[in-house]
Amino acid sequence: MAEIIEKIITTDEIKTDEYLVNIGPQHPSTHGVLRLLTKLEGEIVHNVEPHIGYIHSGIEKMTEALSYPQIVHLTDRMDYLSAHMNNEAVCLCVEDALQVEVPERVKYIRTIFDELQRLASHQLWWCASGMDLGALTAFFYGLRDREDILDIFEETCGARLTLNYSVPGGVMFDIHPNFQKSVKAFIKKFKKKLPEYDKLLTDNIIFQNRTKGVGILSKEDAIAYGVTGPTGRASGFSCDVRKHHPYSAYPYIKFDEKLGTDGDSFMRWKLRMLEMWESLNIIEQLIDNIPEGDYAVKMKGVIKLPEGEFYQRVETARGEFGVYIVSDGKKNPYRVKFRSPGFSNLFTINHIAKGWKIADLVAIMATFDLVIPDIDR
Amino acid sequence: MSRSIGNKATSAQSENIQAMTNEQLIEQLTSANPDAVVKQGNQYPEITVAHDKLHAFMQNIKSNSSLAFDYLVCESGVDYPTYIQVVYHLESTTHKHFLVVKTNTENRETPVLDTVSDIWPTAEFHEDEIFDLLGITFTNHPHLRRLFLDETWGFPLRKDFHDDIHVVER
Repeated sequence: MAEIIEKIITTDEIKTDEYLVNIGPQHPSTHGVLRLLTKLEGEIVHNVEPHIGYIHSGIEKMTEALSYPQIVHLTDRMDYLSAHMNNEAVCLCVEDALQVEVPERVKYIRTIFDELQRLASHQLWWCASGMDLGALTAFFYGLRDREDILDIFEETCGARLTLNYSVPGGVMFDIHPNFQKSVKAFIKKFKKKLPEYDKLLTDNIIFQNRTKGVGILSKEDAIAYGVTGPTGRASGFSCDVRKHHPYSAYPYIKFDEKLGTDGDSFMRWKLRMLEMWESLNIIEQLIDNIPEGDYAVKMKGVIKLPEGEFYQRVETARGEFGVYIVSDGKKNPYRVKFRSPGFSNLFTINHIAKGWKIADLVAIMATFDLVIPDIDR
Repeated sequence: MSRSIGNKATSAQSENIQAMTNEQLIEQLTSANPDAVVKQGNQYPEITVAHDKLHAFMQNIKSNSSLAFDYLVCESGVDYPTYIQVVYHLESTTHKHFLVVKTNTENRETPVLDTVSDIWPTAEFHEDEIFDLLGITFTNHPHLRRLFLDETWGFPLRKDFHDDIHVVER
C-alpha cells in the first residue's frame, strides 16, 4: 500500500487538501473484488483509478490447453450473468470457422435463451443497484422474480447459473416438453411485475434525484472508450450487435434498438428497464414458432478448426462480447482473446466520475452494471 | 464476402447508410499504403502495417472521413516464434465497415510499439493488459502498468512461459 501511495504521489501530484481512499476490494457497491483508488477533496472525487486482477483466472491462457467444446465451459465463468450469451459466442465462432449450418430449431432456442438470460441479468442488476442507492426492498423483489427464469433454465438444462447449454453444433439437449408453457406463464406474470418495479424506483423522487444528471457520458466519449451495451446506448451510441450484426434468430424478428440521449445515470437505468420490455417482445415472437427438427448437428469427435483467425461478436446483457480465435489447425487454439464488455465500460469511470461526490460514484457504478469476473477474465 | 454461410451473411449490408464494400475498402487502403499488405481475411479485410508506420496509419484511418474508424472494438496480442503481433479490430460507427489491422514487433526480446491511446482512449487499458500478459512496452503511453498480475510474474501469454504449478501444458 505504501508503495502504491508513493507511486501516485510521485507520478501524479497530490495537493494538500486531497487524500486517497480505497473503495474495495471488499465493498458491497463494487459488486465483486474491484478496488477503486480514489483521490478526494472532502467528498468530491478528483480522480478514480480502478485496480483489477483480484480474480484474474487466466482463462485466455487456460484455453490454449483445452479443446473447443471445453472452452465453452470456461466462458460462462466470466460474465456469469450472461452465461448463455458467452457460451453461444464461442459456439458461433467455431461453427462459422467450420462452416457448419445449425438447424433452425437451434437458432430459435438459443435466441430465446439469450433473451431469458438478459432478463435474468437485468433483474439482478436493477435490484442490486436499488440496494446500492439505499432501496433495500428492490433487492427482494428482483431476486424473487428472477427465480422464475432460473427455474425455466433448470427445467431444460439442469443448471441455473452457468448453463453450458450451447455446444458447438447446437444445444446439449432438446427443450423440456414444458418449456413453452413455462415461458409463456412467466411472460404473463412478468408483464405485471415490470410496472411495479417502475413504481418502486423509476418514479421514486429520491431515486430520481440521486441519478438524474449524474455522471454524464457523451456519445463521442462512449464511442472513443468503446462503451457498449445499454450503457453506451444510453449515450446515444447505436451499438446493438443484435441489430447491426444479427446472429442466430435475430434476423427473423422485429425489435427496436432503444437509444437514449442524456447519457446520465437515470437514462442508463431507464434504458435497461425498457430493454426488458423489448426482450419480452422478442421471446413472444419466437416462442410459438420454434420449428421442428434436430437440436444439434453431428460434429466430429475431435473438433479441429482450419488454420486462420476467427472473430465473433454477440450482444450480452452488458454489451459487445467478442471472441477472437487464432487457430493453427490443431485441436487446441493457438490463442484466444475475449473482448469483454465490462472491461471497456469500467475504464470510463475516471472520466465521468470526476467532480461528483462519492455517493454519486456509487450511483454511477450501479448503473454501469459491472461484473468483475467479466473484467478480470 | 464470398462466404454465404453462417450468421454473418445478413450483416450490416441492410443498413441505410451507404457502406463501402470490402473490395472498395481494400482498394482504397492499398492505394494509400503501397508498402502495407492488404488482403481479405476469413471475415474482414486485414492490413499488416510496419511497426514504425503504425501511429501515422492509425491517425489517418481515424481522421479520414471516408474511412472514419472511430470505434476500437478489440486490441489483442498474439505471440509468434520470432515476433509478437498486436491485432486491432476496428469499426466505423458512421460507415459500419470493419477492419483488422495487424502489426508485428521487431523482436521478442525487447518488443516496443507506439501507443494508440491518444487516438482511441480505450486502447490505454487494452495496452496495459498486453503489457501485463505479453510484455510489449508501448511508447508514449500515459500510464503503463501491470493490470492483473504483480511484478513477480513473467509474461504468461508468451509461448515460452513455464509454470509448473499454475499452467497445465498439453
